[in-house]
Amino acid sequence: MQRRTKETLIKQAFLATAATSLAVLALIMIFLFMEGLPTFGFVSVQDFLFGMDWYPTDEARPDYGILPLFAASGAVTLLSSLLAIPLGVMSAVYLAEIASPKVRAVAKPVVEMLASLPSVVIGFFGMVVLAPFLQEFFDIAIGLNLFNASLMLAFMSVPTIASVSEDAIYAVPRELKEASLALGATHLETLLRVTLPAALSGIGTAVILGMSRAIGETMVVLMVAGGAAIMPDSIFGPVRPMPASIAAEMAEAPFRGHHYHALFATAMVLFLVTLFFNIMADYISHKHRQTGSASL
Amino acid sequence: MTVQATTIAPMPGSTAASGSLSRTSGRDLRRKTSQWVAFMLLRGAILLVAAALAIIVGFLVKNGISAISWNFLFDVPRNYMTEGGVWPCIVGTLLLSLGAMAVALPLGVASAIYLHEYAKPGTFMRIIRLGVNNLAGVPSVVFGLFGLGLFVTAMGLGVSLIAGWLTLGVLCLPVVIGTTEEALRSVPNTYREASLALGGTKWQTIWRVVLPSALPGILTGSILGISRAAGETAAIMFTAAVFYTPKMPNSIFSDVMALPYHIYVLATAGTEIEKTRPIQFGTALVLIALVLGMNIFAIGLRAWLQKRHGK
Repeated sequence: MQRRTKETLIKQAFLATAATSLAVLALIMIFLFMEGLPTFGFVSVQDFLFGMDWYPTDEARPDYGILPLFAASGAVTLLSSLLAIPLGVMSAVYLAEIASPKVRAVAKPVVEMLASLPSVVIGFFGMVVLAPFLQEFFDIAIGLNLFNASLMLAFMSVPTIASVSEDAIYAVPRELKEASLALGATHLETLLRVTLPAALSGIGTAVILGMSRAIGETMVVLMVAGGAAIMPDSIFGPVRPMPASIAAEMAEAPFRGHHYHALFATAMVLFLVTLFFNIMADYISHKHRQTGSASL
Repeated sequence: MTVQATTIAPMPGSTAASGSLSRTSGRDLRRKTSQWVAFMLLRGAILLVAAALAIIVGFLVKNGISAISWNFLFDVPRNYMTEGGVWPCIVGTLLLSLGAMAVALPLGVASAIYLHEYAKPGTFMRIIRLGVNNLAGVPSVVFGLFGLGLFVTAMGLGVSLIAGWLTLGVLCLPVVIGTTEEALRSVPNTYREASLALGGTKWQTIWRVVLPSALPGILTGSILGISRAAGETAAIMFTAAVFYTPKMPNSIFSDVMALPYHIYVLATAGTEIEKTRPIQFGTALVLIALVLGMNIFAIGLRAWLQKRHGK
C-alpha cells in the first residue's frame, strides 16, 4: 500500500512539473496585459491599433499608433516567406525523398546548423556584408531596409520550415507511394500527386511555424530593417517592425511611463499574433492528421 | 512540371501498335526529363541553404580570424571598448547559458517524463502540449519583457545573472522537453516491460531503466539548449546583460556582459562603429565558434547514438 502511495505522489509531482510550461505561458500573458493594458488609459484601442504615427518620445504631443510597425512586421514576414517557403519545402522534399543516406547525413546537420546560428550574428552579417552589397548592386541610398531584413529572416525560417515539412513527408505511409509507383508513375509524379498532397497539412503547419518565427524574430529586424517608423512603401525602404521597436526603445522608456506601457501593449499585440499562428498550426496538424493510408 | 495522370504506361496486352509504342517512348523521355529537371531544382534548393551557411560563416571567419589572439580572448575591454578583449563577455555568456540549463533541465526532463511515460492521450495532455508548442513560439523579445516584468521588477532581482537564468531557462524549456521526449521514445518498450515483469514499479522502471538508457539523448538535448541560450540576445537585453561593466560577476545578483549583446552594442551604438569593426568580427567569430562547436558536438553524439542503437 505504501508503495502505491509513493507511486501516486511521484506521478502527481511529474504532472505538476509538466504544467510549468502552461503556467509560464499564463504568466507571460498576465504580465504583458498587466503592463500593457494601462496604455488604453491614455490612447484609445482604435488610435493605438490604427494610428498612423508612432512618435512616443515627442514631449508636447506623443503619438502611439502602431499601424506602421504592424504593417512593417507584416511586410517583412510576407516578403521573407516568398523565399523561405519554396526554399524550405524544396529542401525538405530533397532530404526526405531524394537524398541518399550519405548525402542526408551531411545535409541535415547543415540545415540544423543554419537554425542554430545566433540571430545577432545573422543581423550583424546583414549589416556589414549584405547592406553595402545591396547598396552598390541596386544603387540605392540605404542598404538597411525591408528587402535586406526579409532576406536575412528567410534564412532564419528556412530551417524551421524544412525540418517540420520533412517530418511530414517522411510520415507518409510507404504503401501510398508504392501503389503509385506500381501503377507506372515516375518518382516525380508520385511526389507531386501522392506524397505531397498526403503531407500537405504537415507542410502547412511548417509554413505557419516558419512565418511565426519570422514575425517574432527580433535582432535581425532591429539591426537591418532600417528603423524608420513609417508605412512600408517600397521594398528598399527602411521600416521598423514591432519587435525592433520594442527592443530599441525599452531601455530608454521611463519606467511605468506612457511609452513603457505602450511598448508592453505592442508586445501584447505581437504575442497574440504569434499565439494565433501557433494555435492555427496546432489545429491544422491535428485536424488533418494522416492517421493511416485509408484517410487520404 | 505538370504531368498528366493519364500518361501512365499502357497496360500490357493492350492494342499497342508499333507507332504508338514510339509515341510512348517519347512520352517516357519527356517524363524522365521533367523529373531530372525537377530533382535538379530540389538539389539546387538544398545547395542554396548550404551556401547561405557557408557564406555567413566564411565571411565571419575571414574577417574575424585576424582579431583573435590570446589577448583578445583573455583581456578585458579597454579604452571605451575600442581596444582590449572580450573575456568578461565570454564568462558572462558561459555563466548565463549554463545557469539557464540548470533551470531548464530538471523542469524539462520531468515534463517530458510526464508527457511520455505517464500521460494518457486526452484533453489534458493536448492542453499541456499546446502550452509547450506555444511557449516555443513566443518571440524572444517577449520573453525579455516578461523577464523584465516578473523577475527584474516584480521579484526585485534587478538586472542580474539570476534574472537572466530564469528568463533563458523558460525560453529553453521547450527545446529540452522536445529532445528529452525524443530520447525517451528511442528507449525500446521491451526494456520497460522487462523491468515491470520483474516486479519493478513504474517509478523504479523509469529511474533505473528508462532514464539511464535515455541519458545520452538527454545530454544531446541539453547541449543544444545551452547553445540556444548562448546565442540569445533579445531575452537578456533587459534582464541580465549590460552595455559595459568593469567588474567580473561575483554573485548571482551581478549584471554581466555577454557576447551577443556585445556584438549588438558595438555594431549599432558604440562610440566608434567603424573603428571597432575588427572587434565586432572577432566577437561574432568567438560566439559562432562556441555555438556551432556545441552543435557539432551534439550532432556527432546523436549520430553515434543512433549507430549504437542499430538504426
